[in-house]
Amino acid sequence: MSDPILEVKNLKKYFRVTNGVLKAVDNVNLSIQRGETFGLVGESGCGKSTLGRTIMRLYNTTEGQVLFNGENVHQLKGSRLKQFNRDMQMVFQDPYASLNPRMTVGDIIAEGIDIHRLSSGVKRRERVSELLQTVGLPEEHASRFPHEFSGGQRQRIGIARALAINPQFIVADEPVSALDVSVQAQVINLFKRLQEENGLTYLFISHDLAMVKHIADRVGVMYLGSLTEVAQSHELYRNPLHPYTVALLSAIPIPDPEVERKRERIILEGDVPSPINPPPGCRFFARCPKAMPQCQVDTPRWIEVETDHYVACHLYK
Amino acid sequence: MENILEVKDLKVSFHTYAGEVQAVRGVSFDLKKGEVLAIVGESGCGKSVTSQTIMRLIPSPPSIIKEGSILFDKKIDLVQLTLKEMESIRGSEIGMIFQDPMTSLNPTMTIGKQITEGLVRHQGLSKEKAQKEAIELLSLVGIPRPETRIKQYPHEFSGGMRQRVMIAISLACRPKLLIADEPTTALDVTIQAQIIDLLKDLQEKIGSSIIIITHNLGVVADIAQRVVVMYAGKIVEQGTVDDIFYRAQHPYTWGLLHSILRLDDDEKSELVPIEGMPPDLLAPPQGCAFAARCPHAMNICLNEDPQTQIIQDEHSMACWLMDKRMRTEIR
Ligand SMILES: Nc1ncnc2c1ncn2[C@@H]1O[C@H](COP(=O)(O)OP(=O)(O)OP(=O)(O)O)[C@@H](O)[C@H]1O
Ligand SMILES: Nc1ncnc2c1ncn2[C@@H]1O[C@H](COP(=O)(O)OP(=O)(O)O)[C@@H](O)[C@H]1O
Ligand code: SF4
Ligand code: SF4
Ligand SMILES: [Mg+2]
Ligand SMILES: [Mg+2]
Repeated sequence: MSDPILEVKNLKKYFRVTNGVLKAVDNVNLSIQRGETFGLVGESGCGKSTLGRTIMRLYNTTEGQVLFNGENVHQLKGSRLKQFNRDMQMVFQDPYASLNPRMTVGDIIAEGIDIHRLSSGVKRRERVSELLQTVGLPEEHASRFPHEFSGGQRQRIGIARALAINPQFIVADEPVSALDVSVQAQVINLFKRLQEENGLTYLFISHDLAMVKHIADRVGVMYLGSLTEVAQSHELYRNPLHPYTVALLSAIPIPDPEVERKRERIILEGDVPSPINPPPGCRFFARCPKAMPQCQVDTPRWIEVETDHYVACHLYK
Repeated sequence: MENILEVKDLKVSFHTYAGEVQAVRGVSFDLKKGEVLAIVGESGCGKSVTSQTIMRLIPSPPSIIKEGSILFDKKIDLVQLTLKEMESIRGSEIGMIFQDPMTSLNPTMTIGKQITEGLVRHQGLSKEKAQKEAIELLSLVGIPRPETRIKQYPHEFSGGMRQRVMIAISLACRPKLLIADEPTTALDVTIQAQIIDLLKDLQEKIGSSIIIITHNLGVVADIAQRVVVMYAGKIVEQGTVDDIFYRAQHPYTWGLLHSILRLDDDEKSELVPIEGMPPDLLAPPQGCAFAARCPHAMNICLNEDPQTQIIQDEHSMACWLMDKRMRTEIR
């Protein structure tokens, strides 16, 4: 049964820059089901954050649309817009930069409650205590300031803030990348628990494929502004179709010396090309080990090769 | 095999307004010729301070080397050198690569100039010879069109390319020892794979010994022969990669191994974090520094620091669970 909470249709987000047009997001299509975790992976600069921010309405679209519960978010006004701003929340990568150093933890967490005038006084205080507890921090922390906390604790504060107004959907943009692995595991387990308890939907952005495989139900791979492949997470890892996905998976070292000694790695040459005035054809052409003449000319279409397994590559018809 | 480096009981502190931060609290390890040694541990555990002390890159004040020796190439104690003497060793016999290549490259100087400088200074090459060598080095580290690239500035290179340039610079004088502090942490995985591949390849060609600091246990499994696990300024366990990955004995090492995910796992494995955080090194705990987070902690752990025990050959660790006295007592 399909019950999409979010649909992204032919979405484009271009930026005008001095030497041309930077195509940060170029024709992305995806849909996220209610209650699932959709993982978005790809290398630095491929457009993950821009896509997340456009979905959040932090950016206008250049073309295409974002539907949240069936409504075009970029056309929302008045009370519908207010509701949208409550329903969708974001958790950021950098737990240091994203919390106002001059506000107490309690005020930071209650920011949304205050903006939306949801409660005040004792009620507000109780809600803050409850939220602190939910994310595993003692309630006394409400009166302290962000600099007194470690990265993992600050990320919990950021999560409590996002949860404060009972959102349906959370965009988590690299929420654990700045943390030590031991602490990453703490925060990831918290994300999972909160999803079970509150039926949340996550768009989980990360460049850590092992982490995304662990947390996501489905995964989308981005390269230079476009999705190259989308599949159920176990399917994507077991049966990657796009040459970029194959190379990306192969690049990741496995923490097991035996396995590493035997492994043959595909090493991609060169860097990701610039998204400014990109050439026509397949975006991966310059680095693709399987490239064919056609790839330089025609942009591959987005097709469903197997049930729920999408890919954009001329190798698949 | 002979040791290129012997670090003995190294203690390094910082004097801050809040008091003495005991960043490195008695670290000992050896590095064999031609070996790749990885140092792992959570942030703040003293990996960078250890490596920068070997390079004598930490200004004093605020830092002081309180104790210990760093014997390089069987003859020189780096701790005893004047900064001037150290400077001639740095960049000729020991090279270093940092996490962020942009901060360690000079933005106002061409890449070529930055590579040839060391060659002219340390090896007395003529300008022309140095230039030729620089082009060779750049192509060795896989930079296309080195003849044109050499005239460009750091901002004209991508992150991965800059790291290659850093490697070229640090290899210019064919150092006996290369220290790489999180060399791929700022890079994408496909670029990380390129850089690790490059380091392995160069190590074969040049035969340098390498110390690599990383929090990525996948990278460790890929490149290292031996591993040092640090926690709160001390080494809690060390051994061959197989010792650490398959026969770890220290609860902290177990914790690290359980908190990482494997891409090749078929099942959705359980992620087991290490609860809590590392102690403040302004006032390190009296007993075992890991006791507050250790699921196996006993009373003695809170009061007395465990001694380092040899388990077998190169494998050693410091934990009361393996202490011979403890084991007879338990029995
Ligand atoms: N406001 C902006 N103006 C111009 N270009 C932008 C802007 N925001 C992002 N970009 C560009 O758009 C592209 C995609 O950036 P984005 O931040 O979405 O990447 P990302 O996938 O999130 O990368 P990372 O993994 O580094 O966070 C990049 O080339 C970036 O430089
Ligand atoms: N300049 C400094 N002044 C005071 N303390 C420092 C300084 N540099 C490092 N430290 C402290 O030394 C300890 C070890 O740091 P470091 O070696 O950088 O850790 P890492 O293992 O992450 O590389 C930490 O507690 C850190 O806060
Ligand atoms: S379309 Fe062509 S160039 Fe692009 S990924 Fe497929 S094979 Fe490679
Ligand atoms: S000495 Fe005690 S507290 Fe420390 S790691 Fe061993 S069992 Fe745990
Ligand atoms: Mg981003
Ligand atoms: Mg460091």
